[in-house]
Amino acid sequence: MLASQNNNNQKMLTTDGIPLKKKLSKALFRSRLRAFGLVTPLLLLISIGFVFPIIVFLTRGVYNDTFEKYMVNLTPILAEWDGKSEPTEDMYEALVLDLVWLKETKNIGKVASRMNRELSGSRSLFTSSARKAKKLEAPFKESLTKVKKKWAKLETWRAMKVTSQSLSPVFLASALDMKYTAEGTIVQKSPERRIHVKLFIRTLEISLVVVIAGLILGYPVAFLLANLPIRISNLLLILVLLPFWTSLLVRTTAWIAMLQGQGVLNDLFVVFGIATDEDRFTLIYNKAGTLISMTHILLPFMILPIYSVMKTIPPSYVRAAKSMGATNWTAFWRIYFPQTIPGIGAGAILVFILAISFYITPALVGGQDGTMISNFIDYHMRKSLNWSLAAAMGGVLLVIILFLYWIYDRVVGIDNMKLG
Amino acid sequence: MKILKLLFASVSTLVFASVVNADSITVVSWGGAYTKSQVEAYHKPWQNKTGNQVVSEDYSGGLAEVKAQVESGNVTWDVVDVELSDALQGCDEGILETIDPSTLPAAPDGTPATKDFMDGALQECAVGNIVWSTIYAYDKTKFSTPPTTMADFFNVEKFPGKRGMRKLGKAMLEMALMGDGVPAEEVYDLLGTEAGVQRAFAKLDTIKDHVVWWEAGAQPPQLLADGEVTMTIVWNGRIFNAIAAEGQPFGLVWDGQVYDLDLFVIPKGSKNKEAALDFIRFSTDTQRLADQASWINYGPVRASSIPLIGSYHSDSSIKMIDHMPTTEAALKNALQNDFEFWADNGEELNERFNAWLAN
Amino acid sequence: MTNKSFVKFENVQKSYDGEVLVVKDLNLEIPKGEFLTMLGPSGSGKTTCLMMLAGFETATHGIISLDGNPINNIPPHKRGIGMVFQNYALFPHMTVYENLSFPLEVRKLSKTVREEKIKLALDMVQMREFGNRRPAQLSGGQQQRIALARSLVFEPDLVLMDEPLGALDKQLREHMQYEIKHLHERLGVTVVYVTHDQSEALTMSDRVAVFNDGVIQQLASPPDLYEQPENAFVAQFIGENNKIMAEVVDVKGSVVTAKTSKGNLLKSKKVNCDEVGSKTTLSIRPERIKVGSKGENTSEAKVLELIYIGDHIRCRMLVEGDENFIVKIPNAKKISDLKIGLKTQVSWSTGDCRALDRLV
Repeated sequence: MLASQNNNNQKMLTTDGIPLKKKLSKALFRSRLRAFGLVTPLLLLISIGFVFPIIVFLTRGVYNDTFEKYMVNLTPILAEWDGKSEPTEDMYEALVLDLVWLKETKNIGKVASRMNRELSGSRSLFTSSARKAKKLEAPFKESLTKVKKKWAKLETWRAMKVTSQSLSPVFLASALDMKYTAEGTIVQKSPERRIHVKLFIRTLEISLVVVIAGLILGYPVAFLLANLPIRISNLLLILVLLPFWTSLLVRTTAWIAMLQGQGVLNDLFVVFGIATDEDRFTLIYNKAGTLISMTHILLPFMILPIYSVMKTIPPSYVRAAKSMGATNWTAFWRIYFPQTIPGIGAGAILVFILAISFYITPALVGGQDGTMISNFIDYHMRKSLNWSLAAAMGGVLLVIILFLYWIYDRVVGIDNMKLG
Repeated sequence: MKILKLLFASVSTLVFASVVNADSITVVSWGGAYTKSQVEAYHKPWQNKTGNQVVSEDYSGGLAEVKAQVESGNVTWDVVDVELSDALQGCDEGILETIDPSTLPAAPDGTPATKDFMDGALQECAVGNIVWSTIYAYDKTKFSTPPTTMADFFNVEKFPGKRGMRKLGKAMLEMALMGDGVPAEEVYDLLGTEAGVQRAFAKLDTIKDHVVWWEAGAQPPQLLADGEVTMTIVWNGRIFNAIAAEGQPFGLVWDGQVYDLDLFVIPKGSKNKEAALDFIRFSTDTQRLADQASWINYGPVRASSIPLIGSYHSDSSIKMIDHMPTTEAALKNALQNDFEFWADNGEELNERFNAWLAN
Repeated sequence: MTNKSFVKFENVQKSYDGEVLVVKDLNLEIPKGEFLTMLGPSGSGKTTCLMMLAGFETATHGIISLDGNPINNIPPHKRGIGMVFQNYALFPHMTVYENLSFPLEVRKLSKTVREEKIKLALDMVQMREFGNRRPAQLSGGQQQRIALARSLVFEPDLVLMDEPLGALDKQLREHMQYEIKHLHERLGVTVVYVTHDQSEALTMSDRVAVFNDGVIQQLASPPDLYEQPENAFVAQFIGENNKIMAEVVDVKGSVVTAKTSKGNLLKSKKVNCDEVGSKTTLSIRPERIKVGSKGENTSEAKVLELIYIGDHIRCRMLVEGDENFIVKIPNAKKISDLKIGLKTQVSWSTGDCRALDRLV
């Protein structure tokens, strides 16, 4: 307040009478323009090649106009229908008109698959009815129900009403184990169909355990790396980096050979009498397998940031602490460790974000309880071809990550993160 | 002038040569012994006959790649070997070219193609190629009395050990019902009801803790060979290959098999559509289908091919006809995959299957 | 006894690689309350000695004792020695207050006692209002003061300082030298100070140990060190110094007569030279030389360069073949008749010229 008053009362002028602020911003503008020009190519690349496709894909999660686009007659009528009353003859007529047109233009398959996602069994309902639609005569309600009895069911029409809304939370709801109804309410799915929330939680849990395990295993290694003589530490660094130079697939399959029932580890257990030949440990195709191999694969991402931060901490801090009477442990815990927190933060967030979207490894070694949400995104991308649901799940995952990032920022502080 | 002529001539040959080379098609299949059989029986003779090139690629099923290629307008695959349900779904979604079955070659005795192919093998957008089957195989060294029925697969007390199963609802649910004593012909009727679905999952529940789930076709023979499982659901061609080519001590059980078709399709917008069509016509003629059967025990879909099936390519003592999923013995209690059923209910059942797995 | 040798190095040797000795047979006694500086060029072994005393390096041979007790096997945190490091080593994640509190906390002192001591320590360095700042928010001089306060807050009997003023600019450095000196006088604590800056050493210390090549070259008070260097290294290292190479021709009592390469015979005080016929380095301080008049020793000179410093004029001359012969002329007399190229004479008294060992 005081400062702004000062500014108003006595504006600083340059020698040619132009206000100093104006002149300064003009001078700064040019250098800013140049800086902007330098980053423009990269900015364009990122926005065209990264941000734009992501946004386009994510919109699929809330927008799907297949029904609206092809059912041109029925859609506006459905929008006015309350979803409870008996479907009118008008609606049946519009439906038949659309079916005839869809059959002619060979687009029936698209609408049928879209409907089938909402109501199981709709695919054959649509395709077979469309085949006969041309021959149907008024009253359509009667003739259509004769072809397939399902057309008389309110359930079918309610599903069509839901599907006819292009912009709707139907896939988002499904990504969270819920169902969007014709009334516009959202209800939970029946227990035997609930899976995604559980998987989101499991994904977070696995990622968190991987971070903690990576921290416990990686911290001492990083410490050694930072404090050993350079010749030995370089060798150790190569060992840490070695997995980086082998493909993810090779590393994962190597773990299969290690951990499987007849694998190296179990053979050793049998030799040492920890397990019997008949009752070997199940270390793979379950959560344990996922955790072990993911921790190993992501370990370098934990070690490197911590190492590079440790490298910048001069030994004089610990010496100073000891000279003041601190024991080795106190000097480490109160002086050294707090200074490595930026590295821990960077490593943890790096590993966590990588882990949360891991899918090759859990797909190969995860079995039934070691798979993660990304495996289901992958499943819906490649197998069920339900890209809308995949996009919705991806969107939910993105929101979760951003939320955690925000919490991290609040608790630890992003400025506190150091990659080296 | 002479030099100019020469130059002109050489340039035109170059152009001509590149036109010929342009007829190189990419054929995508499932890899392993199966792709090998197709290369030997289809690709090589077709290349010799037409001079065109075939580039062979592997994939692990599903329509995602086809859909991505068609939607992006950059179609690089010309022929894809797909499962029946994918052929239907792809056709419905408009990402496959239609193929007129009347252009397919007739059988040697003059039977038109439309009569010669088995039911379901000719679709609007697809031409059948083989019959393959999902069966179960076991490690002979682990059991004194070998299992013989589908029920044995689900009996971990009598036949102890881990089981390998495909991580997908399709075929597993049918097998669960058959393992629970439901006759093959009643399976789909039952599975269409909530009670039937619950019964199938209840049966799966009984062995859930003993199952190792696989996703790629090459995994189950490996799981058996590694001793990770004592019995596994497997595709019949893969396990035959392990027994015949690798000499593994595996036995297989046809009881309760679920057989299905593989078909050739052409992604919409293929740049070599004519060559691809020619390849499909050539490969699905009577002789080619019969030839293919001497490399792997997947059955030809043409009735006229059956009598022409010979012996295993590297061992003439193995008569391939005895190992086909379509022999009388194998079909005693067998189920043909109901593609309509799965097209309608696949989404729902797979979702429930996944939820069941995760719980 | 312990008062006279509060800190004691006995035949201490140190080698890092088993091949080269960085400290060769060190014997040193430091009485209680003394300010002793280890001075020397880098690599002379002075920091190694300090680190051995602090406990961060172990002596390869010999005994180090503190207050009469050998401390070779006592870990650093049990030695109770305060220390100030080269770059202060203030803990960056703690406030000034927390930094000072740390040594008291590890000693398990109660909160009220801690507060009291921290307040005193901060007052001592006039930094009372900076308690809540982080080290990064302080200037170099302020950080230095906090580091000092932190090393003293737990009231150690011995404080080690490892080039603590190295990172400061010249003016601040000089200011801090006085402050440290005054603190030492006030508290009576024993200080062992390491530096490579000779003026710092002279300003602050009771005694200075000049290190070179792992050996103490001379251990003396600052005036003695400057006035009476015992060898050519010390003479050259401490202060400015003119050297004239000569050959001993006669030794009479404490007076040496030496002949320069020009044939000039110069008399000087015998300190550290061999018998007749050996080479010697004659050492004379620049401010002890008179220009333009004859004296006990006289030499021809030619003015090469004049630099105006303010309180004095630095005059570079050619004397006895040496082009770097420096003379400091006080800015009091009329000096305008000194011109570059002027041929004149320089002279000095015999007592100001020391015959030392031959410089290698």
